Amino acid sequence: MSDIAIRTDCLSKQYHIGIRHNEYRTLRDTLTDALAAPFRRVKSLFRGEPYGAADMKEKIWALKDVSFQIKRGEVVGVIGENGAGKTTLLKILSRITEPTEGQAEIHGRVGSLLEVGAGFHPELTGRENVYLNGAILGMKKAEIVHKFEEIIDFAMIEKFIDTPVKYYSSGMYVRLAFAVAAHLEPEILLVDEVLAVGDAHFQRKCLSKMDEVATTGRTVLFVSHNLAAVENLCKRVLLIEEGRVAMSGDAYTVVNRYLQGVNSAVKNTISLVDSKDRSGDGRIRLISFHLEDIKGNKVSVARSGMDVVFAFGFHCQEGEIPRNVDIGFSIHSERDQTLFVLYSSYMGQVFDKLPTVGIFRCHIPNLPLHSGRYRVGARVTIGQEEADWPRGGVGYLEVAEGDFYGTGNKGFARSAPFMVSGQWTLTDDSAPFIEDES
Amino acid sequence: MPSDSDVIIVKPSKGWISLKLEELWEYRELLYFMAWRDIKVRYKQTVLGAAWAIIQPFFTMVVFSIFFGKLAGVPSDGLPYPIFAYAALVPWTFFANGLNMASNSLVGSANLIKKVYFPRLVVPISGVISGVVDFVLAFAVLLGMMLFYGILPTVNIMWLPLFVLLIFITALGVGFWLSALNVQFRDVRYTVPFLTQFWLFATPIAYPSSLLSEPWRTLYGINPMVGVVEGFRWALLGADTAPGPIIAVSALVALAILVGGAFYFRRMEKTFADVV
Repeated sequence: MSDIAIRTDCLSKQYHIGIRHNEYRTLRDTLTDALAAPFRRVKSLFRGEPYGAADMKEKIWALKDVSFQIKRGEVVGVIGENGAGKTTLLKILSRITEPTEGQAEIHGRVGSLLEVGAGFHPELTGRENVYLNGAILGMKKAEIVHKFEEIIDFAMIEKFIDTPVKYYSSGMYVRLAFAVAAHLEPEILLVDEVLAVGDAHFQRKCLSKMDEVATTGRTVLFVSHNLAAVENLCKRVLLIEEGRVAMSGDAYTVVNRYLQGVNSAVKNTISLVDSKDRSGDGRIRLISFHLEDIKGNKVSVARSGMDVVFAFGFHCQEGEIPRNVDIGFSIHSERDQTLFVLYSSYMGQVFDKLPTVGIFRCHIPNLPLHSGRYRVGARVTIGQEEADWPRGGVGYLEVAEGDFYGTGNKGFARSAPFMVSGQWTLTDDSAPFIEDES
Repeated sequence: MPSDSDVIIVKPSKGWISLKLEELWEYRELLYFMAWRDIKVRYKQTVLGAAWAIIQPFFTMVVFSIFFGKLAGVPSDGLPYPIFAYAALVPWTFFANGLNMASNSLVGSANLIKKVYFPRLVVPISGVISGVVDFVLAFAVLLGMMLFYGILPTVNIMWLPLFVLLIFITALGVGFWLSALNVQFRDVRYTVPFLTQFWLFATPIAYPSSLLSEPWRTLYGINPMVGVVEGFRWALLGADTAPGPIIAVSALVALAILVGGAFYFRRMEKTFADVV
């Protein structure tokens, strides 16, 4: 017996897309085509081609030559932009649709979750839907009966179990749906985005359930946009770009590579050199701003909890050798609320003997910002006198979800942009009270 | 731990493929749950509920009795016209509903088909099965009418399950074809009501097949519902027509439609999730 759970070999999937022919040139063409089309369609029908294949010349490869192996017990994340082919891959592996070329071998019982609550019927009660949905997901009746209490418990809807689900709130509906799915126990689990449901509390519960699944030695293929969750749950991550496996490797590396790729298109610099909207005597001018990781590589997107370096390029006026230089920067929310300001002098540092052209760098460990877009402002002074202050700011800081707390938890909503970590303890205060009594 | 026999190979299929009946058997619980669901929700939020199962064939019978039986004086093989018509309408209604459910089943389950894997044949089959409850209710009324007219069933009634099976086979066979076609061509949705109406009059429901002379009468069995309807009348009401050859022809045709439909369905199956 091999220790491979999934092996794909040049898996490819082609779709016909609905680009019509160019406009018909003559009425005669139009008519003959209209008459011939039904025959062409009927012909394609008996060949087992999808509808309209004969009309649609344009084809795209949703997936092309995808080859990878997943070992038994491995938990692998799949990330990529929308439309990159992640879901197509999952659909092929769960046999919902066939590949056009190539093949895949799957060793073991497969459970796939492309959607929670698939097959839920609004007229049926919660109890009835649990049985129906369980059967649809491939559970045996005995198995569902056995786990019924557990499922209801997990969904927290005991009171409403005999109410038709059409009267459920969307939260209850989703909780019940996920609860059924969560109790599926296949050897290989294929999951698509199902964690993006419910309120924050329930999401945490789902994540810990996923964690539980991952640690029981089952093989999991997990497609998600929740990068913090992917990084936390998966050791290995596949990055899919335009239908191909662009990268496969350890979670941190692949996720970072993905973020750089995705956001390279996003412009995050304000044309600083040319900006006239600034104050200061101009003995030093800020000319650029970018982000780096601790190894010194430029990055376009930071992540919550990342060790990040803010780099501010400058040049000094001819003949100027400034001393006692203080550089500071500020971070502003999208609503232009100032979140924090950090001058080098706060840290007890001022700079002397500046080169003509150079870069100030500020290393911020464990970036305490929630995902979002922030404006970065900066100001330089020489001996307390303002040298340069670009009023429009020096650039933008893109922050993506990351594992700030080291627990995979994304933290509170974006409305609270700051993240602070701390240790929690519990003290038993009842003991001294009893002593007083005696 | 899974053995190596558990290996699933996913690859493009070519040409006509196996029906995978053993897999269908593995999913029999799903079949049961889907049929059960269809039965449960069938008359939800209706005032008359399951009474609809009786109203449909019963009032058709009343209309037929007035217009064909009384006014047009259509012969009824020596039986009272109302029971002559109703004994045919009960299997017919089961067939027509089953056909209708099956034909629209795949499109109706589009969301499921796009998101979950299971043998797709389950969908039209459960559609036909879900009509069984209606059939049983309408059949109970038929028994009541037999009591009313003082007609006792003959020993031929032991053949009745066979005729019920024949309805199943016919409805499923046609249902396989139409449901698979419906995925690609929504024309089917408009064809089905027209087809069942046409088929109703092409079947000896309002009139007896004995109006035809041999060999045309036997050839008439090419319409499988002819065999079913004549069989029902023969087995229950003791109509004097011995429908042996008609039934044989009907059964053969129904089986051919079923097998052809099942293979066509399986062949088209790979496109369902992409097209539906």
